[in-house]
Amino acid sequence: MPSAIPEDSVGLVTHQDFTVEETLPLECGRSLPGYNLRYECYGTLNADRSNAVLLCHALSGDHHAAGYYQPEDRKPGWWEHLVGPGKPIDSRRFFIVCSNFIGSCKGSTGPASINPETGEPWGLDFPMVTVKDWVRTQAALADHLGIGCWAAVIGGSLGGMQVMQWAMDYPGRLRHAIAIAASPRLTAQNIAFNEVCRQAIMSDPDFHEGRYSHFDTKPRRGLSLARMIGHITYLSDDAMRRKFGRETRGGKSFSFGFDVDFEVESYLRYQGSSFVERFDANSYLYITRALDYFDPAAAFDGSLSAAFASIQAPFLVVSFSTDWRFSPERSREIVQALYAAGVDVSYTEIQAQHGHDSFLLPIPQYMAVLRAYLDRVAEETGA
Amino acid sequence: MSTLLRPDLAIVAGWIAPGSRVLDLGCGEGELLDYLRREKGVKGYGIEIEDARVVSALRRGLPVIQQDLDAGLRQFGDHSVDTVVLSLTLQAVHFPRDLLLEMLRVGREGIVSFPNMGHWQARWQLGVHGRMPVTDALPHTWYDTPNIHLCTLRDFENLCHENGVRVLQRVVLDDRRRSTWANRLMPNLFGEVALYRCASGA
Repeated sequence: MPSAIPEDSVGLVTHQDFTVEETLPLECGRSLPGYNLRYECYGTLNADRSNAVLLCHALSGDHHAAGYYQPEDRKPGWWEHLVGPGKPIDSRRFFIVCSNFIGSCKGSTGPASINPETGEPWGLDFPMVTVKDWVRTQAALADHLGIGCWAAVIGGSLGGMQVMQWAMDYPGRLRHAIAIAASPRLTAQNIAFNEVCRQAIMSDPDFHEGRYSHFDTKPRRGLSLARMIGHITYLSDDAMRRKFGRETRGGKSFSFGFDVDFEVESYLRYQGSSFVERFDANSYLYITRALDYFDPAAAFDGSLSAAFASIQAPFLVVSFSTDWRFSPERSREIVQALYAAGVDVSYTEIQAQHGHDSFLLPIPQYMAVLRAYLDRVAEETGA
Repeated sequence: MSTLLRPDLAIVAGWIAPGSRVLDLGCGEGELLDYLRREKGVKGYGIEIEDARVVSALRRGLPVIQQDLDAGLRQFGDHSVDTVVLSLTLQAVHFPRDLLLEMLRVGREGIVSFPNMGHWQARWQLGVHGRMPVTDALPHTWYDTPNIHLCTLRDFENLCHENGVRVLQRVVLDDRRRSTWANRLMPNLFGEVALYRCASGA
């Protein structure tokens, strides 16, 4: 916990809920009998409603992008480095909205919610949701907030996919798009990682085909393993070496057994077990599946530039040199397709050590790029 | 905001049609693109490798793509722009010929400018003093220069000729960035900076 909340934080925040009673048709062909979307806002919407920015979060993220719920909170929101007064995503200029998505376990309707038909948690009966569905519900949230056009939609990783979907599906509803550490589709290797994570969860004896809450348990080992695997892919080889090397825990000699000997093991186990406390296994399955399915080019014979033909908003695409989960090459595919589609596109590749996780970190060049771009957005939109 | 451009960039700007599409290789902080977008309604993209310059170009609201020119222009489609500009950068790339040909694949026309190694000051320093030239246009010492492929006007025109590149227009500027009778008469001796407008095909 910070002894006092820092000056450059948005400070104490509360989440809000947007509840829709009407049935929501989904891309998979099924529908949801109404839904809840949890979100947070920072800053003030200006009189002509032109300064609103939407933040889209990643796989394990949520609507809590910045600030603290209570002064005692150990950690602020996940993008505290970037969001706040005087920061690149400046809450003094912009009205910032961060929305959760359906399928999540963080307050929006998801597999842990109660299915009104059965009175029980949905579990694996929850319909499959996609990036397109998320964007559609976020557009409904924008309507509810009276925001006709976002000054910018910004997201990292899976959030970057939502940014692309926004720009394709609602070209007139965003002035700028910023896709960070994103990918136009998952590679086979990426889907493979997701599958191993899902298998870890589903093969846990406590999974009970997704009905674990009925048995008052949860697939702890499986979800923890999934997180450990994920974490390895979010860091670079180099970052792991720098952070842990081959250090043993407490500098002790080998145990000559299979307990935790190395610091990196200790770290991963901690990451895994703490994740189990804050994340739902079924949501992990659904969200990784939404990632797998995202492929806007598929409907256009594999032509990403054809998929991007509807886009009007200028793009900023940002990648990180050591990101091997969503590598710079994937970002360059986005850039190439946007260029071919005649969209004003900017691209920067940030030299960073921390792999995919770099998008969460206050890397000076990354901050400078976002600040420069968003200063311009603010001028242009009167924010 | 001032619309004054450096004299060599002003000549480049004069060769670019209003409303056309431009790719500016090594765009720096984007002064040329900024001018072209504001004054000529050009749709332009810049390519730049230096972090700080990319930030400056972004701050100007220019679409800039961070990329090493030595990696080529593969991701840009054939004739996807009208003009590709390479301003005072040819001499600093690893594969000048490949880049020139790539420029003319991506654009219908290419504009190239470079410092002339045949300028009399350079010749004097090398020929008489026996030292590698250090001039206004080539301000770096030999051991600390980004300029790894220096050429003269004659060299460049020979390159064009051998690779089926047509020179559509040429302007040669002296050490004060003026086009005078002397450098029009003996451009390879009195020209310090040369600008060419080229296209592919004989």
